Parts: sequence; structure tokens; C-alpha cells
Amino acid sequence: MSWNSAADFFAMGGHGFFVWTSYAACAACMLAEPLLARHRHRQALRTAALQSQDTEENS
Amino acid sequence: MNKASAIRPESRLRLFSFAAPSRFYALTGWLVPLCWVVFVGFAGVGLYMGFFVAPTDATQGEVYRIIFIHVPAAWMSMLLYLVMAFWAGIGWAFNARMASVLARAIAPTGAMFAFLALWTGAFWGKPTWGTYWVWDARLTTTLILLFLYLGYIALVNAIDDQRRADQAGALLAIVGSVNVPIIYFSVKWWNTLHQGATISVTAAPKMADTMLTAMLLMTVACWAYAFAVVFMRARAMALERDAHAGWVAALARGRITG
Repeated sequence: MSWNSAADFFAMGGHGFFVWTSYAACAACMLAEPLLARHRHRQALRTAALQSQDTEENS
Repeated sequence: MNKASAIRPESRLRLFSFAAPSRFYALTGWLVPLCWVVFVGFAGVGLYMGFFVAPTDATQGEVYRIIFIHVPAAWMSMLLYLVMAFWAGIGWAFNARMASVLARAIAPTGAMFAFLALWTGAFWGKPTWGTYWVWDARLTTTLILLFLYLGYIALVNAIDDQRRADQAGALLAIVGSVNVPIIYFSVKWWNTLHQGATISVTAAPKMADTMLTAMLLMTVACWAYAFAVVFMRARAMALERDAHAGWVAALARGRITG
């Protein structure tokens, strides 16, 4: 363990900005991508449900 | 139906049974949560090891800890490109629709990893090399990789005819895959600012055991993440493509109105 305190940990030996900017970008991307995929999935299900309703009413 | 499937219907059926969108959808339905569990587990332990167990680097100090996300992201960006080109090629050669869907589903995730490799590399380069960016062999070829992903995405979305779009995309993906070995060997072939391979199959790792373990755990986490998110996107795309098929209608009615 190389840290004596929480502040020491976040400072990352004076390079906190670079380390945390890198990890923040990764966290943001890896959070946004699955959310977008889930949104697309739900959208596809909704569209399919509407279409199947239409075909039922028309037949 | 082509001749091969008429001659050996059974073996063909087994080989491509998950090529049916409905089967693929069902299988990946339980694979996705499994992948997320693996991701959370490995990323949790990997980050803990990376930040609390791995020692301070003798020459770089603490800033080297970017490696635990930089190297896995760079590996994934190269690997996913080859996987994307492979499935695009299979989709083209055998006219297997789910293979083309898989290739399309991989592209955004690969692009994201290529972007993250460049981004984390820039923020690692600034404190260690004194610059965010140089037109060096490794960096430039990785930037080309990102452009190849974006070009593939733009190309398949620009062509309305789905089969033609898949074929054009496959051609681009396969031709572009020549870039991947160039990225990989760029640090050997050219004099570059980028350091050589951290680990290779032919030499002992040049890093502490705990550093290596943390990096490999993060790599497994990135694999699990890629599987999960690619399957999620492929499932949505399967629904979109088969919107008029019976299985999608049944699924949609069951989910929404039932």
C-alpha cells in the first residue's frame, strides 16, 4: 500500500489530474455505451409491439 | 439455399444453429448478465490491485497506474477489429445474417476502446513525455484504427440496402485489418517515443508481479465488458432486422402488453 491518507491517494504523487482524467473518461464511456445499447433494445421492442398491433387490427 | 446446405443439411444446421436470430437472441439473453457479473468482479479486484496492491513505479512514480486501463483498452481495440473483420467476412462469404449483425455490433465498442487507448495515452504522455500527442508510429496507426472503425460505421449506415451495406463494410473491415499487425509491431519497426511491449510471449514480463496481475485482471474485465455490450447491441439489431418476424412480434407482445 503506497498511500498514507485519502488525500495522498487522490493526489497520485502530484499526477492526480492525469490519472483521474484517464479513469473518468473510461468510466463515462463504459457507462454510456451499455445505457445506449439498452435504450436501443427497448426502442426495438416498442417498435415491434406497435407493428404487431397494427397488423392485428388490419387483419 | 445454396448447394452445400442441400447436400449436408444436418451438419450445416448444427454449425449455424445460433445463426438464427431467434436462437442467438435467446442464448445471449442469459449470457449478457453473466458477462456483467464477470466484468464487475474482475474490474473490482483489478482496480483494487492496481491502486492499492501494486507498488509505485521506480521511474514513473504513480502516474504509471494509467497502464491498468490503457493497455487493456489498446489490446481490445486491436483484437475487436480483427474479430469484427472476421465476422464481417463470414457474413459476406456465407451470407450469414447474424455474423454481419455481430460485426456491426462490435464496431462502436472497438471504436470506444481505440478512443480510450488514445485518450489515456495522451494523459499518460503529457507527464512522462511532456506532450499529449506526437505523430509517432504507434500513436498514428492507432488513430488510423479509430478512423477505420468510424469509417466502417459510417459506410454500413450510409447504404440503405442491408446486404450491400454488409458486403461493403466487410470489404473495408478486411482490407483495414492489415493495420492491426502494423500497430502491434510499430514499436519494433520504427524508432518511437512509445515504449516497447510490456509483456510478450517470448520474454519474461518487465514489471512487478502485482502490476502484471492487475493488468491481466483488467484485461479479462474488458473482455467481459466487450462481450456484454456487443451482445446487447446485437440483440437490439436482431430485433430491428426481424421486426416483422413472428418471434419478434410474440416477444414484443409478451413484454409490452402482457
